[in-house]
Amino acid sequence: MLGRRIRERFYESLLFISALISVVAVFMIALFVFLEGYPIIQKEGLGNFLLGREWRPVAGIFGIFPMIVGSLVVTLGALVLGVPVSLATAVFLAEFAPKRADMILRPGIELLAGIPSVIYGLFGMTTVVPAIRFIETHYLAHKLPPQMQSGYSVLAAAIILAIMISPTIIAISEDALRAVPRHLKEASLALGATHWQTVVKVLIPTARSGILASIILGMGRAIGETMAVIMVVGNNVLIPTSIFSPCRTLTSNIAIEAAYAAEGPHMQALFATGIVLFVIIIILNLIALRVAGREVMSR
Amino acid sequence: MKARIEEKIWKTVLWVISFSTLAILLVILFYILSRGLKMINYGFLAETPRAMGREGGIYPAILGTVYFVILTMILAVPLGVAAAVQLTEYSRESLLVKIIRFGNESLAAVPSIVFGLFGFALFVAKLKPYTGGYSILSGSLTGTLMILPILIRATEEAIKAVPREYREASYALGATHWQTVTRIVLPAAAPGIITAVILGIGRIVGETAALLLTLGGSVLIPTSIFAPARTLALHIYLVAMEVGAMDMAFGTAAVLILTVLALNLFAYFLRRHFLSIRGAK
Repeated sequence: MLGRRIRERFYESLLFISALISVVAVFMIALFVFLEGYPIIQKEGLGNFLLGREWRPVAGIFGIFPMIVGSLVVTLGALVLGVPVSLATAVFLAEFAPKRADMILRPGIELLAGIPSVIYGLFGMTTVVPAIRFIETHYLAHKLPPQMQSGYSVLAAAIILAIMISPTIIAISEDALRAVPRHLKEASLALGATHWQTVVKVLIPTARSGILASIILGMGRAIGETMAVIMVVGNNVLIPTSIFSPCRTLTSNIAIEAAYAAEGPHMQALFATGIVLFVIIIILNLIALRVAGREVMSR
Repeated sequence: MKARIEEKIWKTVLWVISFSTLAILLVILFYILSRGLKMINYGFLAETPRAMGREGGIYPAILGTVYFVILTMILAVPLGVAAAVQLTEYSRESLLVKIIRFGNESLAAVPSIVFGLFGFALFVAKLKPYTGGYSILSGSLTGTLMILPILIRATEEAIKAVPREYREASYALGATHWQTVTRIVLPAAAPGIITAVILGIGRIVGETAALLLTLGGSVLIPTSIFAPARTLALHIYLVAMEVGAMDMAFGTAAVLILTVLALNLFAYFLRRHFLSIRGAK
């Protein structure tokens, strides 16, 4: 009898250790990335590192300002293109879709979320980039400087990212719309409002915190995305001045240079880039958590 | 009357927009497959790449993918299931559970490339004597951490769906907590867990950024888990970006997409099948 109890205890502690692994992992990831990246930030100074406009690893100059701007601009573009479409789809799925349409759309959107990012990259590189290049060289050739006529651009990355973040935004904002209490909707209909008026004036305002959270989480997705962006954005270290500018993001900076960076300052600077990325993502998630409360986050 | 017309217009707009997302999916699938399928033949699947992947086949990448996925799942599934059991069957909503859940959510939010940096620093560099440096093992250990939150969440759902009466009946027969979990709850949750594992495979098989920094990208046939390798996804990136062999990239992409499609379809029908069994009772 006692043996059995001890055994139960043993199993229980095994389970407990397994459950702790994700917490330990997050802690370790933060620790390792910080430890490896901190020396260079200390040496360069945080201000110089974050706001420096020059990135010349060979000369030992590490400023990631162009990459920070690149990440933000590309993400903003993705939101501008992706949010309206995603919200419209969420509203359609939550309120208007007949069962048959739902049955086709839902697996489709799930699949959109399941396509590997490198495939999005390949697709973007061979369709979106040439299309933009065509526009740049045929219609805007006299207005754009030569380095903006390759097709690789902020716009290309924004388009691909808009597609990639839409499943996240659709799923979470649909949940938020469905979580609106029934009686609110019924009251609105009973007052003679049409279904559409009810959606716009009652459902969306009531669900706005969940919708906002979905957008913030989509933003986190976009900032953290690497492979698709790297393949369409051009990766030139410069501050983008137009949607046709090529640029480099924080993620692509790490991915491109990690393969050949020598140990020492260069590798440290890539880890430091990782720190900045990590901090941005954590802040975004905390904001989303704050805005939406737990129910939405637990998806 | 105006409101009615307005509603009609907006509803039409919603129909069009919603189905345009589906159209985008179809365009991507058709485009990749139409350019990739014609590359696929026996030689493409069974030969090793020549000239940095400009010619030849993708056999090492297929093998690398299989090794990587299997090893990752061997590591991740027991951990994920154990963690989910702990969270659902062994704990009340305490502060500790909240911390664990927060850990899971944060882990799920960490960008793939940051996992790559971590995997590089710990598994490739620090633990080199044990992992072989750039290797399938280093990649799989990194992949395990990436897939864990998804597995835990899905397994939790599956366990929660097991009716309470099952557990109560088991306790009433004198079974211990552990016996109830292993002989009643887990078997009853197995269909959901299997579906979760398949979807997890579908997710991890396309992972690239983290593997760029941990797997080594070797074009050789991997000989052990301590050897470097490349997966299909990594192969696509490397031949498209560094070699510029777009035909090879599309061929590989077609193989990868078909794999992902098959896994998703399999999970979809499995879920429907199990639901219908449960519904029939």
